[in-house]
Amino acid sequence: MTETAETTETAETDTPVLEARGLVKHFPVRRGWALRGAHVHAVEDVDIALRSGRVTAVVGESGSGKSTLARLLARRTALTGGRLLWNGGEPPSGSRAYASEVQLVLQDPFASLNPVHGLRYILGRALKLHGVPEGQTLDEAIKALLERVSLTPSDQFIEKMPHELSGGQRQRVNIARALAVRPKVLLADEPVSMLDVSIRLGVLNLLADLRDRERLAILYVTHDLASARYLADTITVMYAGRVVESGPAVEVADSPQHPYTQLLLSAVPDPDRDEAPRLTGAGAPPSLIHPPAGCRFHPRCPFAMDKCRVETPPALPVGSPGHTSACWLHESGANTQASPAAGTAGAA
Amino acid sequence: MNAPVLEISDLSVDYGFGPDAVHAVADATLTLRSGEVLGLAGESGSGKSTLAYAVTRLLREPGVITGGSAVFHGDDGPRDLFEMDGEEIRALRWSQISVVFQSAMNSLNPVFTVGNQLTDVLRAHRRGMSRSERRARAAELLDMVGITEDRLRSFPHELSGGMRQRVMIAMALALEPRVLVMDEPTTALDVVTQREILQELGGLRERLGFAVLFITHDLSLLVELADSIAVMYAGRIVEHAPAEALFRTPRHPYTEGLLNSFPALHGERVVMTGIPGSPPDLRGLPAGCSFNPRCAHAVDACKETAPRLLPISWEPAEPRRAACLLQTDGFQAPASLTRTGLRAEEIGSTR
Repeated sequence: MTETAETTETAETDTPVLEARGLVKHFPVRRGWALRGAHVHAVEDVDIALRSGRVTAVVGESGSGKSTLARLLARRTALTGGRLLWNGGEPPSGSRAYASEVQLVLQDPFASLNPVHGLRYILGRALKLHGVPEGQTLDEAIKALLERVSLTPSDQFIEKMPHELSGGQRQRVNIARALAVRPKVLLADEPVSMLDVSIRLGVLNLLADLRDRERLAILYVTHDLASARYLADTITVMYAGRVVESGPAVEVADSPQHPYTQLLLSAVPDPDRDEAPRLTGAGAPPSLIHPPAGCRFHPRCPFAMDKCRVETPPALPVGSPGHTSACWLHESGANTQASPAAGTAGAA
Repeated sequence: MNAPVLEISDLSVDYGFGPDAVHAVADATLTLRSGEVLGLAGESGSGKSTLAYAVTRLLREPGVITGGSAVFHGDDGPRDLFEMDGEEIRALRWSQISVVFQSAMNSLNPVFTVGNQLTDVLRAHRRGMSRSERRARAAELLDMVGITEDRLRSFPHELSGGMRQRVMIAMALALEPRVLVMDEPTTALDVVTQREILQELGGLRERLGFAVLFITHDLSLLVELADSIAVMYAGRIVEHAPAEALFRTPRHPYTEGLLNSFPALHGERVVMTGIPGSPPDLRGLPAGCSFNPRCAHAVDACKETAPRLLPISWEPAEPRRAACLLQTDGFQAPASLTRTGLRAEEIGSTR
């Protein structure tokens, strides 16, 4: 987990397993005559690349579009714009072919398992639909899956019903079910936020293990910056449907560049902090029906300039290679006096 | 040290009767001092919310308070809350002890305006106030939590989650209570909103001087916020200490494990393990110490005797208590639970 720095350089040159370019999702508003024809701009022009053997974290508050992004990548929701690339080419057509490569694990482990079926049926069904590995019986394959997610002894767990399991164990079953199809990509949408604190790390470590041993490409969607720093190789921060910052996990968490990431970090509870943080850019995210023009963070941003109100900033390089921030302050030649690094470096 | 305002002693709460009863809270003893923030941390099912409901006498069937007392030092001297009749507790609740729950969304009535609901509190408890006085007070309360006066005419659905939670806090402070019980007040909110609300709360507490019983599962938040912290596990308080001491030098293996379950925001990334196993089912608690099956330091005696919450045997003068056999006479506590006075840098390297 600590040696990610070495793998970074080689991995960046690989073709991503799954890549999204310019992803857009607008949901039509169905209620209210005043809003007829209006859309919720949930995801706007998002680029993201998932590489084999890497965890990419998407961090954001509620309404930032992070879960919608996961659903778009899983093709559970139709794209409004943009495209998905699979190993640099067209993704597998047909939902079953796509599902056998890309699997989604959802947040709520209590709602995502059918309570009337046992684990043998739940896991066996995925194996039957997508094919049992050669040379194994169905039961052997199910037990192998249970062992991969550390539900041992597997010959006891195979007999259990979902209600007999704790939240953490259920989430492991969800992950096992996703693994049954032998996917290349695992999309985990807030996989630990509904679990008890003391068992969250177990599930995060399982994801790290799947990345390291089985070279899965993992998307980890979360609102918890600390857990993203712990697990991920890359952190992508979303705000109001757009990516505001992206880069190596530890670098983004330790020296955030975008004013929103800095705000987010200063708000996270941190027992090691000596004095109370000063929030810069308080307030709430904007309505996504009529999002602000230009940078969507500008109404809250302490460094907002005229340009920010008109033009949407592109992802500009900051820090080490692969670290970008969508902020006009990082345009070369921008007024360094207003640099957020100078203003709130103490918050980091 | 400030005078106590709420003294909970040996509180026990069951759900149901007879042999099938579930002991949700067992022998909880806690003292809340005036002007203090007392944090109560625990995972789901640890009994922390049940304790809050019991103390405010809001516990519903099949919950039963089976023992103990909760002495409240109010305007008319110390009184046991559990001995008051319905009318007495009704007069006391909200005027001297008020509560803010997690889901502000469900706590406000959707068909009345915010102003209407704020003045309702005053109408019930401050009979002498005129209509215009009530309205002025409601506006003042909203202003106190950072909401403009024109929101008095808003309905709850017109406000964001953070604003609704602020309205709940304004409402809870309307009668200037001595004690504010907050049960996961910010869990449903985003971190930035959470931070804003907690900063406002801190300012209000300095001005108005109320004490807070703050219940949450987020121990890292409590370390920043609380003066002292009590940690609950399976219905029992397992450790109670000043916040800084609990964070730097935990004395109970569960506290230690819980602290090790929060990835740090700084420093080297290291593999952390959390706590093995999962929280126990209250219907069939393990014999002896409820934590022993998950405890790395458990000895045979832990499976037989349930430890009591006692001062630490080798530092009896410290204002802290733990319910761990290893911290009593005749046992040797492991090195990680006997550290003293570490500075922040050192703890970073050992954890």
